[in-house]
Amino acid sequence: MATQATTVAPKLFTRQSIRGQQRSRQLVDKLMTGLITTCAALAVAMLLFILVYVIIRGAPALNFAFFTERPLPMGEVGGGVAPAIIGTLLIMGAAALMGVPVGIGTAIYLAEYGRGRFATIVRFVIDLIAGVPSIVVGVFVWALLVRQVIGHFSGFAGSVALAIIMIPIVTRTVEEVLRLVPDMYREASLALGVPQWKTIIAIVLPTAKSGVITGVVLSMARAGGETAPLLLTALGNQFFSFDLFQPMAALPVQIYNYAVSPYDDWHTKAWGAALILIMVVGLLSFITRQVTRGRGLGGR
Amino acid sequence: MRNARYTKANMMGEEIRPIMVTVRESEETLEAPSAPAVTVEHLNAYYGTFRALNDVSLEIRARSVTAVIGPSGCGKSTLVRCINRMHEVAPGASASGRVLVSGEDIYAPDSDPVQVRRHIGMVFQKPNPFPMMSVWQNVVAGLRLEGISDKKRLEEVAERSLRKAALWDEVKDKLHMSGAALSGGQQQRLCIARAIAMEPEVLLMDEPCSALDPVATIKIEDLIRELRESFTIIIVTHNMQQAARVSDRTAFMLMDEERAGQLIEYGSTAQIFTNPQDKRTEGYITGRFG
Repeated sequence: MATQATTVAPKLFTRQSIRGQQRSRQLVDKLMTGLITTCAALAVAMLLFILVYVIIRGAPALNFAFFTERPLPMGEVGGGVAPAIIGTLLIMGAAALMGVPVGIGTAIYLAEYGRGRFATIVRFVIDLIAGVPSIVVGVFVWALLVRQVIGHFSGFAGSVALAIIMIPIVTRTVEEVLRLVPDMYREASLALGVPQWKTIIAIVLPTAKSGVITGVVLSMARAGGETAPLLLTALGNQFFSFDLFQPMAALPVQIYNYAVSPYDDWHTKAWGAALILIMVVGLLSFITRQVTRGRGLGGR
Repeated sequence: MRNARYTKANMMGEEIRPIMVTVRESEETLEAPSAPAVTVEHLNAYYGTFRALNDVSLEIRARSVTAVIGPSGCGKSTLVRCINRMHEVAPGASASGRVLVSGEDIYAPDSDPVQVRRHIGMVFQKPNPFPMMSVWQNVVAGLRLEGISDKKRLEEVAERSLRKAALWDEVKDKLHMSGAALSGGQQQRLCIARAIAMEPEVLLMDEPCSALDPVATIKIEDLIRELRESFTIIIVTHNMQQAARVSDRTAFMLMDEERAGQLIEYGSTAQIFTNPQDKRTEGYITGRFG
């Protein structure tokens, strides 16, 4: 592009001053382009660095037993993080079941119906929740569910905490993408005699689908890595447990426990568990995208 | 062929002023009496407290093309959007008065806007096929969203509607492609097919050609003349030549002092363009303002 401009320009502009201006403009152009390209490269580099480093440190811990066995007491060699993998999947699954519908529903309300005072209040509260540190959410759920309603630590309490963290993320991203759907599609649908609720479900949501999924995946990734609220709610568990109403292991908690220990073997295991957590989150977003593929109204 | 002169002139960007109108049909067929398909009585439309339409009354004949012309902001679009109750979709919008479609007041208290829109089709300014649906899915979108899933029937309706919209030959091999992959003119005809698939009594067109190039415009105009056999068509247009080319009757609107749209003159297209009764109509069609 730049070479083209320099070869063509002299023919068009012969006056010295114009050429001088052009040269400085091209210089600034190159400088700024270089700057933003560096920024982009930096962002990608950080991500790659984290990924590569976790793989390098975590890979030695990975073996078949690490995926299938339960953690062993300190001093014993071997063992794995299988209960934590199962726990994370169950807790996140339950959290998504609670948080995603509420989040999408709130987003639909705000984008399609919400006008006036109540909508303003809802939006304000959602922003407020998004700003609450996750440990405070954990303390809240601990006080409400762990201390009062259920009476002990449980995976379900962890799910509730994660759902609370997911809701504002889902709501804000989905509201944003719903607003991006041009009104002309809503009008086209309404003008066909389609009721508004059906227009939203069959036209607006499918049109905004990729954005909606991005919001859901983003919220799951964020919630999947939360440690503090799970320490206060799911607690962790050294044994296999599929009961959401009992204390449950989870990968972030497992990573934390391994990482704060004084043993080198456990540090390696912490890296291994971190690598698995990345894989689990990646897998979940992959599955979400696969499951929701295809056109809005299904095939012919 | 009688329009060939205008067609060519338009495509070359020449202006024809004052507009010479070749009368489309003989006066008798135009004036043949038939029951009105749409009767608008003392219609007032509001956006919040702003009045956009001031006491508009007119009768639209069945199986004819009625053009609504006038300068920007004179309430043309508002008028047609009141005829299928799309006006009230805008926040704060409301309307008063009566609009009778086939004798029924669509503004009656027990009238359901969803049912009204089901029976009155609409084509918009910008082609708006649903982006995540294929050509085929777009045509039958209204029926499928109504819960009809009989594949055979849907296929029949799709083909018939696409043929009627003069699009079948162009898209019959790409029915499963995205509707957004078609050209602008094809997209607009797809939208017309989507509207007529519902077999509406009235077809409203809100400046259907304003986003299209001249060739696509001519195709839509030819189509409108054909659809006139089966539907009652009301078309809003900025383009006076277009009104002259496609319509049987023309309504001319203007803003009053309070910027509310008023119906100034309404009559056969030939009369409006050759012998306007109102000075303002004459001024507008001869290009003195607007």
